[in-house]
Amino acid sequence: MSGVATETAVTIRVDDQEVAVPEGATILDACNAAGVDTPTICYGPTLTPVNVCRVCVVELDGSRALVPSCSRPAEEGMVVHTDSERVRHSRKMVLEFLATGVDLAQAEEMGQWAEHYGADPDRYVPGGETMNEPVRVQDNLYIRDYDKCVLCYRCVEACGDDAQHTYAISVAGRGFGARISTEFDVTLPDSACVYCGNCVAVCPTNALQFKTEFDLRQAADWRPEDQTVTQTVCSYCGVGCNLELHVQDNQIVKCTSPDDHDVTQGNLCIKGRFGWNYV
Amino acid sequence: MADLHFGDDQPTNSERTAVDAVVPEIDAATVTETERLVRGGRSRRQGLRHLLLPVLHSLQHEIGWISPGGLNCAAERLGVPPAEAYGVATFYELLRTTDPGHKEDVVHVCVDPTCAIAGNGELRASLEASGARVHASPCLGQCERAPAVFVQGVSRPDRVPADDDEDFRLPQAGDTGLRVLRRTGVVDPTSLDSYRQHGGYQALAQAIDMGPDAVIAAVSESGLSGRGGAAFPTGIKWRAVADEPGPDKHVVANCDESEPGTFKDRIVCEHDPFAVIESMTIAGLATGSPHGWIYIRGEYPRATARLEGAIAQARSAGLLGDDVAGSGQRFDIELRRGAGAYICGEETALFNSIEGFRGEPRNKPPFPTTHGLFSQPTAINNPETLINVLDIVTDGPEAYRSVGTERSPGTRLFCLSGRVAVPGLYEVPFGTPLGNLIEMAGGPVGSLAAVLLGGAAGVFVGPDALDMPLSLEDTREAGATLGSGVVTVFDDTVDMQAVVVRIAEFFRDESCGQCVPCRVGTKRQHEVLVELQSSGKALSPRRSELIDDMALAMVDASICGLGHTAASAVRSALALGLIGNSS
Amino acid sequence: MFGAGGGTSSYQEIEETDVILLWGSNAREAHPIFFHHLLKGLDNGARMFCVDPRYTSSARFADVWVGIDVGTDIALANGIGREIIHAGLADQKFIDRSTQGFEAYAASVEPFTPDAVAAICGIPPEAVVEMAHAYATADKAQILWTLGITEHHNAVDNVLSLCNLSLLTGHVGRWGSGLVPLRGQNNVQGGGDMGAIPNKFPGFASVDDPDHRARFEAVYGRSLNPVPGWHLTLMFEAMERGDLRALYVIGENPADSEADVIHARAQLESLEILVVQDILMTRTAEMADVVLPASVAWAESNGTVTSSERRVQRVRPAVSPPGQARHDIDILCDMAEAMGAELGPRDPQDAWDELRGLSAMHGGMAWERLEAAGGLQWPCPDEDHPGSPLLHGWLWADDLEGHDPAPFSVLQHEGPTEELSNEFPLRLTTGRALDSYNTGVQSGNYDSPLRFAGLDLNPADAAALGIADGDLVRVCSPRGSVEMNARLVSSLPAGLAFTTLHQPELIDVNVLTNPDWDPKSGTAEFKAAAVRVELIEAPETAGASVG
Repeated sequence: MSGVATETAVTIRVDDQEVAVPEGATILDACNAAGVDTPTICYGPTLTPVNVCRVCVVELDGSRALVPSCSRPAEEGMVVHTDSERVRHSRKMVLEFLATGVDLAQAEEMGQWAEHYGADPDRYVPGGETMNEPVRVQDNLYIRDYDKCVLCYRCVEACGDDAQHTYAISVAGRGFGARISTEFDVTLPDSACVYCGNCVAVCPTNALQFKTEFDLRQAADWRPEDQTVTQTVCSYCGVGCNLELHVQDNQIVKCTSPDDHDVTQGNLCIKGRFGWNYV
Repeated sequence: MADLHFGDDQPTNSERTAVDAVVPEIDAATVTETERLVRGGRSRRQGLRHLLLPVLHSLQHEIGWISPGGLNCAAERLGVPPAEAYGVATFYELLRTTDPGHKEDVVHVCVDPTCAIAGNGELRASLEASGARVHASPCLGQCERAPAVFVQGVSRPDRVPADDDEDFRLPQAGDTGLRVLRRTGVVDPTSLDSYRQHGGYQALAQAIDMGPDAVIAAVSESGLSGRGGAAFPTGIKWRAVADEPGPDKHVVANCDESEPGTFKDRIVCEHDPFAVIESMTIAGLATGSPHGWIYIRGEYPRATARLEGAIAQARSAGLLGDDVAGSGQRFDIELRRGAGAYICGEETALFNSIEGFRGEPRNKPPFPTTHGLFSQPTAINNPETLINVLDIVTDGPEAYRSVGTERSPGTRLFCLSGRVAVPGLYEVPFGTPLGNLIEMAGGPVGSLAAVLLGGAAGVFVGPDALDMPLSLEDTREAGATLGSGVVTVFDDTVDMQAVVVRIAEFFRDESCGQCVPCRVGTKRQHEVLVELQSSGKALSPRRSELIDDMALAMVDASICGLGHTAASAVRSALALGLIGNSS
Repeated sequence: MFGAGGGTSSYQEIEETDVILLWGSNAREAHPIFFHHLLKGLDNGARMFCVDPRYTSSARFADVWVGIDVGTDIALANGIGREIIHAGLADQKFIDRSTQGFEAYAASVEPFTPDAVAAICGIPPEAVVEMAHAYATADKAQILWTLGITEHHNAVDNVLSLCNLSLLTGHVGRWGSGLVPLRGQNNVQGGGDMGAIPNKFPGFASVDDPDHRARFEAVYGRSLNPVPGWHLTLMFEAMERGDLRALYVIGENPADSEADVIHARAQLESLEILVVQDILMTRTAEMADVVLPASVAWAESNGTVTSSERRVQRVRPAVSPPGQARHDIDILCDMAEAMGAELGPRDPQDAWDELRGLSAMHGGMAWERLEAAGGLQWPCPDEDHPGSPLLHGWLWADDLEGHDPAPFSVLQHEGPTEELSNEFPLRLTTGRALDSYNTGVQSGNYDSPLRFAGLDLNPADAAALGIADGDLVRVCSPRGSVEMNARLVSSLPAGLAFTTLHQPELIDVNVLTNPDWDPKSGTAEFKAAAVRVELIEAPETAGASVG
């Protein structure tokens, strides 16, 4: 694992501010330290950056193309522009591109950024190809709605290298036809899936949804504004995983785990994630 | 390291045999030594992953597709999760993951511009009429003998029908003034003795005498730069790898040229394979890298066979192996076949492909010289670049710089195709004007309308550019590129609208899909061009702005060169007025 | 003192260790998030040996899986110890400074040659040598275990046999090296820490030590019973004798979870009064004279639990308890009050502060600190103390910081008490599956696509009995018989059968299990019964999987 903080600091300029960050920190870390808000989609605090969405790009003096801030290590003396014409353009285009083919209705943060950068997905050729995937409901724990998938790879990372090491899913196909898939698109119960739900936890667009949330949304009864979130400890084995219980109308409707707790780092197993029904 | 879960699908005997042929059971990721002792673990699995693509090739070849049972068998043998193996299999054009319903060979017919001009439509129709299983393919790297066909065998060797036709000749064969192509068409490519009779392996002997530092110094002083398109100085690359500590370093020959219109490395590998091996060996010794890899297009069966033959003969002669030519140094070469993916010509995608992952490019930095194949220091060059080293070593850098321009020393290979009298591969000094090069090839056929320089990733230039010297600096100044040396000639009978739509389609199909600007940008760009084509109208300002906006985002924000260049030919065609006017 | 209390290492340490001995633990399924930390260790290059009679999902991640016969752990541990000594790989300096009893130990393991161990354990002799060398020569190494070590009639001896290896090599008390028992329940560590064991007060103070007792008497304001109580197994023996006639069960389900459960149920039936306080209507509750509905501790109440790495963390109420369910602490206090006793504070934070005053190792764990820090690891004696990621660092101090040297234990191999016979020729072992938990009271309520209930059999054993995959079979032990569906598992060694205990309403596994128990821990030998398997009928009429 990278990102080990050391005594050494590097100083870079973010727009008009000098920022010192630990060696190994990324440009995104520096932007955060400078208080510069940066849109991200494929980046997750507990995941290795895959820098595929390109929405976090910044202009780096001396670099011909824009660079992804989430993965580029900050180096002493870098000069970074986060709001130049080129940066705004590429960010707008990424958000616009995604909106032309993906249902982003439940990706609130992306919607806000799209508005911020003035993305206009309606200016493309009418009838252009979209994801066009059926909702996959294959069990009672979580659903996959790939119409909402932006191919950020976060679920693949969480299922694989970065946490679970189950590798039930991968990116399959190529280009615009690429999809997140099990082998031969077999159903989840037939796949290696162990239902930890760690993929659901990292999905930025609600393409992966807990069945409880999906059902409530179908019934038009999903009310985040009426929900409370309480942190507690899982009732099962002795590892001591922290849970965040999302409660609506005195019913648990979803269970997540804090990213910043060093035991779970946002991850749970099937029991912790789904085994709360008896409460 | 993974939970390995396999469905109920079992391999057939022939599928099991196909897997055994690449990875015997005794070398599997998990080995049951006794009922009570099983060996597995991370290092075994890691050590096998790079065999995934060869195993998939083997399955594909055996029954014509990769079935769930076959995939399970391969994945289990290698300890690769089946979902990942499926993700890899679905990445490649030459691998099928749906049952074709037959076991006949698949006839790939090229649909890219040169072959379209040469009548691929008629060829395709006649093949289909004869009952062949025809598959529309991107450029097959045989543009000098368009329309191109490649037959992917099922339980039979792959073949290229044109290879049997001796009418295809090398236009400059026998010209002793050449450098890179001096031996092509002259030497027997299947004989080490013949290669030696034509001066082969003198450079290696001399390089061993000189020692690594002197070799790298000579390469640096020669001004040799990469011939794949990026034109990075070879000496700097080699020096960087040589300076990395440790023995786990690699030399990779990138023979995955897939740029539409490019066929130079195929010809070099087919006709002078020992030169590729010898120059790689020099690179290995100079950079202190014991591991050599050749990654070659899956559509090049003859080049593959000749390289494999050359490797075997060199190994038998002690020119590869634990003690290369008495140097006391180790260097050996493994050959890997691609499976139909333009993107795998991108160096980091190529590394991922060899390693058994999807051929998706990596973000740079870090660069291959420190984090290349298996994340270890790697010098990666294409055959043309490598072969230049032979003369640099034997004749010295000054002699090398005696041709070409000051800033582009040496010669360059150009792949001429399209509406030109004698299509083929030509070697000329850097700085030769474009018009002269076309004249060497017998001049244009018909009335010259445009030339595509650098392939699909390049730019169109008009007849007014014939005076342009073909050097790195002059093309750059003109906003053009030499790319991989593609010169595709179009006359005024060619439907340029169709050519440009096809180029856009090519990028749409070949985008790996990893980054948003390229995955969606190439798709939407194609849609705009199809709309334009079917409308028959002039390009509207709104659409023009959209094309520019998409192009800028692809150039600025894509991960790799594919996205960076996916709009350049389109925009140059618009700028030249080749398309976009009302028809 | 060495050898009691809790795991010596933090989870984070396994990410940095070099050699892992995962012994009698299927952590991939039973402790999945701990296994994430272990996977980081493997990704960082650690080698893992997995000792387990079954080729478990954890074993699939191992460099080497060693499939010993059930209940032969001490023989293997002794054999590894002997090989370490004979190969000159013991850390003599550590042994001399920090341990005692080495000579007796060395003499005791002498008969355990690799060949002798191989014969006892059913494994290749080279495996013993390989593990010994890998463990002893590693810079950092950990031994991890779970119920595969402790659900035996000689559970404590099993644990001590592993502790011996760490003392032999100095793989304890250092970052990355240690002994890690993985706790099966979310607060089994905390329960012990709080004195919910028959001979201890909170903080491992001894009931029968007058000085210890005096501290608690001073705070509680009354005299305390100096006689250690009974653990569960002794209670059942007392019921059988008629010495125990009333039982108050809080959050346990012994009517399903006891070994030889038919016998146990009879004992519960024989009680004059059975009171059960639980969150759900368990089988035990169904037998009770009085049921006291309780709130769900981790989701409806305030308090703390303590994890396997000795980390005390807060639980908080997210929902209100249903109906008449009340917090455990309120029920207990009211019950005490009704009997004329005052139990002290019933506010969780006040109760915690009382505990901090009595248990030195919790002294520094102010409620606010627990809130803020994501938990603290004991010992944490004062509020400036950061908590203790690892235990027994004193082993590496020249003066041992005043501790007695850690003792080696001399241990003999015994094997399971129930030997295989012509009548009961197969070894039945029990365990956990990923999606379920213990008797399934809680975990049985969600719709897991992974759920399976049945008997795993080696295909050769099954074939000899005419059993095909999915067939309904009858499993008989000397104590009773149970019907279930068979599943053929080719990686399961011949002679071994396996089932989980998660769905007693479908498969009453503990009818079969062996109640022989360890006098030192009170744990029964759930891991080793002798059984016979008989075919009942073809699969058409039986569903193999549930849910």
